[in-house]
Amino acid sequence: MSEILRPQTADQAREVLAWAAAEEKPVDLRGAGSKHRLGHPVAADIVLETAGLSGISLYEPEELVLTAGAGTPLAEIVATLDAHGQGLAFEPPDLGPLLGAPPDHATLGGVVSCNLAGPRRPTAGAVRDHVLGFHAVSGRGEAFKSGGRVVKNVTGFDLSKLVCGAFGTLGLLTRITVKVLPKPERAVTVTLTGLDMDAAGRAMTRALGSPLAVSGAAHLPDGDPAGGPPLTALRLEGPPSSVAARCQGLGALLSDLGAVGALDEAESADLWTRLRDVAPFVGGDGPLWRISLPPAAGPAVAEAIRARAGGRFLLDWGGGLIWAALPEATDAHAATVRGALAPHGGHATLVRASESQRRAVPVFEPPPGPLAELTRRVRQGFDPKGILNPGRMG
Amino acid sequence: MRMPVPDETIVARRDDIIDALREAMPGGGLIVDETELKAYECDGLTAYTELPMIVALPEDTEQVAAILRICHEMGVNVVPRGAGTSLSGGAIPRGDAVTLGLARLNRILDIDFDNRAVTAQPGVTNLAITRAVEDRGFYYAPDPSSQIACTIGGNVAENSGGVHCLKYGLTTNNLLGVEMVLMTGERLRLGGKHLDAGGLDLLGVVCGSEGLLGIVTEVTVRILRAPETARALLIGFPSTHAAGDCVARIIGRGIIPAGLEMMDRPAIGAAEAFVKAGYPLDAEALLIVELDGPASEVDELIERVSEIARTLGASTLRASRDEAERQKFWAGRKAAFPATGMISPDYYCMDGTIPRRALPRVLDRINHLSERYRLKVANVFHAGDGNLHPLVLYDANLPGELESAEKFGADILRLCVEFGGVLTGEHGVGLEKRDLMETMFDAVDLEHQQRLKCAFDPDNRLNPGKVFPTLHRCAELGRVHVKRGEVRFPDLPRF
Ligand SMILES: Cc1cc2nc3c(=O)[nH]c(=O)nc-3n(C[C@H](O)[C@H](O)[C@H](O)COP(=O)(O)OP(=O)(O)OC[C@H]3O[C@@H](n4cnc5c(N)ncnc54)[C@H](O)[C@@H]3O)c2cc1C
Repeated sequence: MSEILRPQTADQAREVLAWAAAEEKPVDLRGAGSKHRLGHPVAADIVLETAGLSGISLYEPEELVLTAGAGTPLAEIVATLDAHGQGLAFEPPDLGPLLGAPPDHATLGGVVSCNLAGPRRPTAGAVRDHVLGFHAVSGRGEAFKSGGRVVKNVTGFDLSKLVCGAFGTLGLLTRITVKVLPKPERAVTVTLTGLDMDAAGRAMTRALGSPLAVSGAAHLPDGDPAGGPPLTALRLEGPPSSVAARCQGLGALLSDLGAVGALDEAESADLWTRLRDVAPFVGGDGPLWRISLPPAAGPAVAEAIRARAGGRFLLDWGGGLIWAALPEATDAHAATVRGALAPHGGHATLVRASESQRRAVPVFEPPPGPLAELTRRVRQGFDPKGILNPGRMG
Repeated sequence: MRMPVPDETIVARRDDIIDALREAMPGGGLIVDETELKAYECDGLTAYTELPMIVALPEDTEQVAAILRICHEMGVNVVPRGAGTSLSGGAIPRGDAVTLGLARLNRILDIDFDNRAVTAQPGVTNLAITRAVEDRGFYYAPDPSSQIACTIGGNVAENSGGVHCLKYGLTTNNLLGVEMVLMTGERLRLGGKHLDAGGLDLLGVVCGSEGLLGIVTEVTVRILRAPETARALLIGFPSTHAAGDCVARIIGRGIIPAGLEMMDRPAIGAAEAFVKAGYPLDAEALLIVELDGPASEVDELIERVSEIARTLGASTLRASRDEAERQKFWAGRKAAFPATGMISPDYYCMDGTIPRRALPRVLDRINHLSERYRLKVANVFHAGDGNLHPLVLYDANLPGELESAEKFGADILRLCVEFGGVLTGEHGVGLEKRDLMETMFDAVDLEHQQRLKCAFDPDNRLNPGKVFPTLHRCAELGRVHVKRGEVRFPDLPRF
């Protein structure tokens, strides 16, 4: 059994990592563990949990800024913001249930470390676009900080970007400052029913290339609920009068492609939450891939994978994000997925797979040689002894 | 400001270096003649000049790689340069360095409307990207005031912003990918036309790295469909406090304008005298609020913002009725720098950021400093995101005035940090703010940043002397200082 440590202060966290660096002991860093199965398995006798580094220390709604300990439950942050009509514009997904953990367990530090963003990603940005600054402890056992609490800041290297999506391999985040934004007053969804993948791709491209400010463009080839005709969904957000006008405009723009419908506010909110959390694929147990690619290539790549491996698909980000739930296979269909993607550029992440598959198959897109070497040097600067989640990113 | 001292051992080898570079650039593009080198002696921070040892203007990425390889092998410093409009001295040459100018890499390589992306060489100007896609109703959102001249490569290096970045983000939020060449001549691609490139977000740190990590040779940015309409409000207030309150309330009410700019009385006066934009000369503070989007939304938000302004006692309130009027509202703000140049022989442009609500207090303190230094100051701000551009007015011909202006400027930046802000919002650290870095970061913070530099450029050849106040050798930074045998954190809860 590994030993679980829960530092109560950033300084205690620093002590642990200074000791681990000196003893060259690998440490498995965790928030609440909801995405613990995302990435390669980490072999470590010590688990460091951030639960003790919790709490919102600064929230100024008029400044659109919030600072909280890395272990702060995301749900607490979302509720606090909600009370002021604000939110995290990057729509952090709750991948807990998808990965076999309970819902609503994520911490801020975990969301940031995995750089996870939901359907609004193409227009509002990812986590990395909303982190303004942080405090962390590197693998050298030293506390350091970067960024600040203001939106516009080019003072020094932008390490805030680098720690987003680093899966804890550069440092243990202890405190994070994020930009928050007013929530849209109203959100509705325009739908198209019965489009094949290619036509859905064209619909999404046309919508996102229009001045109608579409803030979500997804395609569910298996329908919603699954088993129905394919559903293409386009979200519009903003003041009520504007949403109404754009809803009409979008309907007119797409009417030649298929039957246009609309979801009301409640249906719309429900759909986008389920898309965000990849709910249609919760409970399955075959390999699940998350593929980020040039949006216009989404339909073709999904079809190419389907032709060789079968499986079920969700397209988000106007085609720029494919979720592919595939049948079992020893290599989790890595060769098929990465082969289909290669001509277009992008990256495929094996989000869900058995532990043995996650040991054998590169979970993250393997970088080309020179980039891999540079990445290794960057990581070594922050974690020379390789104690922080060693091997988690491959 | 301390200028870097040239390394004489490099300067002594100048002829050999020229020979080697000439071989790599058979089609020309090498500048070695003193009168021609003069054109490159400074950047937008014009008070400081230094003649570059050599200027190399490669014509393609292969030549960039070849030049870097030669400089790497011969131990020569390199200063990257786009259009040379940096306001922080980022592109100031060195007497012991090759200035590597990217201006000839000026082609747009790919316009992809379906993926909403443009790929361009680094020497393409910011505005040229919008020009290339506007016939189809698209544009590139970050719009620095220098957009006619500055290059997209320079924008990436500085993570430049513009008046529209409150709503649409800075360069970094609109950047999808780059090709870059490391000091060794190695070529790399980061990102592409997809989002969140996977692996470590090196694209995120290359953006804003001020030419210290590598030479950017290709840039892919996202383009947006232009909004259906844009309208602006011109709002005058009898006090900067009221204007500051108005900014806070607009945002507090959930409105994120496309642009939210403020000017103080001296700036209003200078701009009005220069372009006759119809600004109210009796106002202590002027706001320009731009709203964009579908027409129905814009009309509604114009009304809401007007209501806020009225409640807070606006002395002037005008909404643009057509595109010409909107442009007119902006004309004064956009010409604020040259306008200041008309009322003072010289000016020094600062670039700190503060939490928005500190605006009135920081302004008061700037005015006190202005009295103490006996130098006038005109203020223009990107008020929506708290980015201040105080323009310190001085006369370089009066002995000591430049030094006073610099001290005044440094005090303003320290003030920004004191109020929870930062040294630079969009112009970069460069040479100018290098020695102030320690007001924001301690030694450990800076060492962690410098190790990133070591991973990209271990010999510290790229743009040396910029950004970091003290230079540690990479070998020294790499060492781990272990203290073994410490008590193993007895106070910690275990499970
Ligand atoms: C009148 C005026 C108004 C301005 N307004 C704004 C504004 O509104 N917003 C704003 O953010 N800035 C503004 N600036 C500052 C400046 O225009 C920007 O910083 C711009 O991005 C610099 O681009 P450049 O091509 O001139 O780069 P340069 O000044 O030549 O170089 C800037 C830095 O980038 C590096 N560099 C350049 N090209 C490359 C490359 N290809 N690869 C690697 N490194 C490179 C250089 O070494 C240097 O450190 C203004 C400047 C002026 C003079």
